[in-house]
Amino acid sequence: MSETIRDCSAADWPLYEVFIRSRGGLEHKHVGSLHAADAGMAVEHARDVYTRRQEGVSIWVVRSVDIVASDPGEAEALFEPARDKVYRHPTFYAIPDEVKNL
Amino acid sequence: MSAAAAEPERRDRTLSQALFRYVLRLADTSLVLGQRLGEWVGHGPALEEDLALANLALDLIGQARLLLSYAGEIEGEGRDEDALAFLRDAPEFLNVQLAEQPNGDFAQTIVRQWLIDAWQLEVYGGLAASADTRLAAIAAKALKETRYHYRFSSGWLVRLGDGTAESRARAQRALESLWRFTGELFAADEIDERMAAAGVAPPLAAAAERWEARVVADLGQATLARPERQPHPWHGKRGLHTEHLGHLLGEMQHLQRTYPGARW
Repeated sequence: MSETIRDCSAADWPLYEVFIRSRGGLEHKHVGSLHAADAGMAVEHARDVYTRRQEGVSIWVVRSVDIVASDPGEAEALFEPARDKVYRHPTFYAIPDEVKNL
Repeated sequence: MSAAAAEPERRDRTLSQALFRYVLRLADTSLVLGQRLGEWVGHGPALEEDLALANLALDLIGQARLLLSYAGEIEGEGRDEDALAFLRDAPEFLNVQLAEQPNGDFAQTIVRQWLIDAWQLEVYGGLAASADTRLAAIAAKALKETRYHYRFSSGWLVRLGDGTAESRARAQRALESLWRFTGELFAADEIDERMAAAGVAPPLAAAAERWEARVVADLGQATLARPERQPHPWHGKRGLHTEHLGHLLGEMQHLQRTYPGARW
C-alpha cells in the first residue's frame, strides 16, 4: 500500500508550488506545494488542500522545477550589502491612514 | 366537517407526504454517498486525493443536513436532521441504490461518483427553479458544489479510462458492475410524477436525455465502452436496498444507537 502511495504521488507526479490570493486586490502568496499529474489537476488539488477554510479567491500553480532560485552559498554577496543601508527603508515618510496593505 | 370540505385537506396532506418522501430521497442519497466517501479518509491513493474525497463527502453531508431538516419540518412530527439520519432503519432510507454500493477500488468510487454527479447536476439544476422556494434555495447551493464534484469525477474518469491498461480495465469493470443501478435514477414513480406536476421537481424524462448525452460524451472522451446490459429500475427510492446499506448504517448509526442523545 505504502509502495503504491509513493509510486503515484512522489515518483510519477511532479511537484507544484501553490500560490493563493486571499482576496481581491491582494497579491498571490506562496502557501505550500503538492503533487499532481498535470497543471489542471494541480489547481484542483490546491483548491482541495489549501482553500478549504476560505483562504482564497484565486490560485496559481507552477511546476517546482521551473522556479529558478538564488544560491544559498551566495547569500553574503547577494544580501549583506543591503544591511548598512537603512535609509532605503521608507520609515521616514508619514503614511496616510487611507493607505492599506502597504 | 362535510366530505366536500375535507377533500382538499386530505389532498394537501398526501401532497405533503409525497413531498416528505421526495425530499428524503434526495437527502438520503447525499447522506449515504457522503458516508461512503468518508470511508476513504486516511486511505486515499495520495494525500491530495484523500482530501479531495473528504471535501466531496462534507459537501454531500451538508446537503443532507439541509434536506433532512426540511424533511423533518414537512413531516411535522418533531424529527430533526439527527433523528432522521441516525434513528431510521434501512427500509426507511430512500436513497438510490447506486449511492450505497461499496467503494471498491478507486475506479469504482470514481465511476459511482461520476454517475451520481451527472444525475445531481440535472436534479439540482431543475430544482433550482422549483415552485418550492426552500427546495430551490437548497438546490441552488448544492448545484455549485455538484459542478465541482462533476469536474473532479469526470476528470478522473477520463484519466483512468484513457490512462494505463490497468486503470482502463478497472474503470471499465467498475462501469459494468454499476451500470445496472442507473435505471433507478430516472425511473419516475407516482411521487416523481406528482412532484413534477406540482412544479416542485423537474420532469425526469427530459433530464434523463440530458444525462444520457453527457454520460455518453464523457465515456467517449474516456475511451470507455458504454455497457450493453440494460440497467434495472431498482427500488432504493422505495426503501428496497442491497445488503450493503445495512452495514453502512450500522457504522454510521452505531454511536447514536449505543448512546442515545450523545452530543459531540
